[in-house]
Amino acid sequence: MLEIHDFQVSVQDQPILRGIDLNVPDGEVHAIMGPNGSGKSTLCYALSGRDGYEVFAGSAMLGEVDLLELEPEDRASAGLFLAFQYPIEVPGVTMTTFLREALNAQRRYRGEEPVAPMEFVQLMRQAAGTIGLNPEMLKRQVNVGFSGGEKKRNEMLQMAVLKPSLVVMDETDSGLDIDALKEVSHGVNRLRDQGRSFLLITHYQRLLDYITPDRVHVLAGGRIVDSGDASLALTLEANGYTDYQLSAA
Amino acid sequence: MPATVDTKEQVEALAKRRYAFGFSTDIEMDQAPKGLSEDTIRFISAKKFEPSWMLEWRFKAFARWQKMTEPHWAKLSYPPIDYQDAYYYAAPKSDSDRPENLDEVDPKLLATYTKLGIPLREQELLAGVKNARPVAIDAVFDSVSVATTFKKTLAEGGVIFCPISEAIRDYPELVQKYLGSVVPVSDNYFACLNSAVFTDGSFVYIPKGVHCPMELSTYFRINAENTGQFERTLIVVEDGGYVSYLEGCTAPQRDKNQLHAAVVELVAMDDAEIKYSTVQNWYPGDEQGRGGIYNFVTKRGLCSGRRAKIMWTQVETGSAITWKYPGCILKGDDSVGEFYSVAITNNRQQADTGTKMLHLGKNTRSRIIAKGISAGHADQTYRGAVTVAAGAHGAKNFTQCDSLLIGNQCGAHTVPYITAKNPNSEIEHEASTSKISEDKLFYCRQRGIPEEVAVGIIVNGFCREVMQTLPMEFAVEAQKLVSISLEGSIG
Ligand SMILES: Nc1ncnc2c1ncn2[C@@H]1O[C@H](COP(=O)(O)OP(=O)(O)OP(=O)(O)O)[C@@H](O)[C@H]1O
Ligand SMILES: [Mg+2]
Repeated sequence: MLEIHDFQVSVQDQPILRGIDLNVPDGEVHAIMGPNGSGKSTLCYALSGRDGYEVFAGSAMLGEVDLLELEPEDRASAGLFLAFQYPIEVPGVTMTTFLREALNAQRRYRGEEPVAPMEFVQLMRQAAGTIGLNPEMLKRQVNVGFSGGEKKRNEMLQMAVLKPSLVVMDETDSGLDIDALKEVSHGVNRLRDQGRSFLLITHYQRLLDYITPDRVHVLAGGRIVDSGDASLALTLEANGYTDYQLSAA
Repeated sequence: MPATVDTKEQVEALAKRRYAFGFSTDIEMDQAPKGLSEDTIRFISAKKFEPSWMLEWRFKAFARWQKMTEPHWAKLSYPPIDYQDAYYYAAPKSDSDRPENLDEVDPKLLATYTKLGIPLREQELLAGVKNARPVAIDAVFDSVSVATTFKKTLAEGGVIFCPISEAIRDYPELVQKYLGSVVPVSDNYFACLNSAVFTDGSFVYIPKGVHCPMELSTYFRINAENTGQFERTLIVVEDGGYVSYLEGCTAPQRDKNQLHAAVVELVAMDDAEIKYSTVQNWYPGDEQGRGGIYNFVTKRGLCSGRRAKIMWTQVETGSAITWKYPGCILKGDDSVGEFYSVAITNNRQQADTGTKMLHLGKNTRSRIIAKGISAGHADQTYRGAVTVAAGAHGAKNFTQCDSLLIGNQCGAHTVPYITAKNPNSEIEHEASTSKISEDKLFYCRQRGIPEEVAVGIIVNGFCREVMQTLPMEFAVEAQKLVSISLEGSIG
């Protein structure tokens, strides 16, 4: 599904990612953990094509699609979804409008007809149910006045509506209460069963208690310094990153 | 990959669509001789079969106008206007004796309106969208009204909706009583010019206690080359009456500037309510600023009765130059004036627009929400005057004025004039200036929304409070217009 090779990224001429290799096969969940400032969000933004994140070497393929050739909106339509660490407010635009525009833009890209109004309403209700969001929230403006946890859930709601093939979750678990964590995990597991892949960025084992990752990678100093199975996360929880930071420096 | 090619083509197609109303209709015209003189005025008056009092009124206005000088206090720059180098009257020949029924209207005219998305045949209107409420339309083509729909239906409720030229002949007492009563002949240079040479517009009269059963709408189309349009509209609503009125405007794409100088007067008696909405989409000129309409407009409403309410909503996307300050005179105690505005300027467009609220009565209230969006090399000024007279105890005003800038080469300015002569009044003014932020754009794009569409969505969100005040029938169109006006503004 996602294949990244020798991925190097700089921000404002500062090298941040110094050569990342990563391979997430269909239906797998990979977790990325790492100290603050190690480049996790940078990886997310560079994959999504955000301005200011310059990929100066390497490749990133989503299936057959060369992500680096595409505009951000086309990467999204090709199946890449980023759940933001800090979701953005879009005042005056209701959730319904926003999601309908997004869904129809993606369908247009794939050469499909716009979604029928009734089908869309159903889709939204269903998604809200899966994620445990009050459907009333859909009438509100995108992220405006949402609590921290609601914003995170809202990212998951959008994921459930857009049904991407690869979901990159940047610390979606931070700020979620225990029930929300369960509901979000449940939503992720359901999509995973449909063959979709996930890149989970997290600082905490508690998310991984609900979503068992196939692989865990440690990102430090702009490199992947260690990879292992789900047990690696437990080791990290116990020991922290001190060893890696020394080796990365 | 092919999918991206599709997207690019779509974007290109969108860009080409930018001004969709730029076509012109090739139709035989009846035109006044070029230039402005008493003869021109006599010509217009004769064409309209006006009574002599109207001609006298026009002459007086013309005499006043000749003594006035064009105002230049607005933050607008344009070459001097040569008032002698234009035509003041143009009408389709086929219309010289105004057809009584649509079957007699020149098919070319009907086709023009169909192309503009304005079906004039009542049955087509009704057949259009299921469940949509019918809208009665007065269609003004250059200097004449070519058709007015649903007149009979409206007349059953006592509502008069007709071209002002017809009202001058058929309802002289009403017209004489109210014409110039809100915007005096010599109010300002452009209003005075209009008073001398106005050609057509609508007249609306809502009798006591009547809630007008449908939306009324006038559609102004400038077609003839080098011809000014001088629209004149008068709306009078008696005690407890209600009307919602909308005007739309388009013009062909031409290299030379054309003048549109309108006067609109509204009168609301006790407990009467008037909702006046404008979707202004005159040809804005090209990217280099060639051509486009000069739009110099005076619009004013008088809340003459107690608890009267006048609400202006304007969506201004067109014109090379906009000079427009719809206002309210809040004379009746407890009367209310509201002004909701979205003004968009792109490329080389200039707009100096805002409102005037004059509080005379006790406990009068006014609310101003102005949203300005500037892109390209465009320049925009919000100019608003709130005046509370000494006798206006308990008057309240709230003004909110937000500007959104797209790119680094456009400008936005806010010029509020506040005069409070009554110590028991409250005036509140809020203003903000912002940019379309990269993070909002990226958030939309990450969900698959192309950049240009994202700009439209974000801007429509910014304007939401104003758009919500538009009649439902027009809100969707207005939103599309906002998006289209900004195409090409990014990247
Ligand atoms: N726009 C930017 N301008 C300047 N520096 C930046 C920018 N974006 C990222 N950086 C720097 O790049 C480094 C990596 O940042 P990034 O946000 O990717 O870290 P992270 O691993 O996501 O951290 P956290 O766990 O705190 O979310 C940091 O040192 C950060 O300051
Ligand atoms: Mg981060």
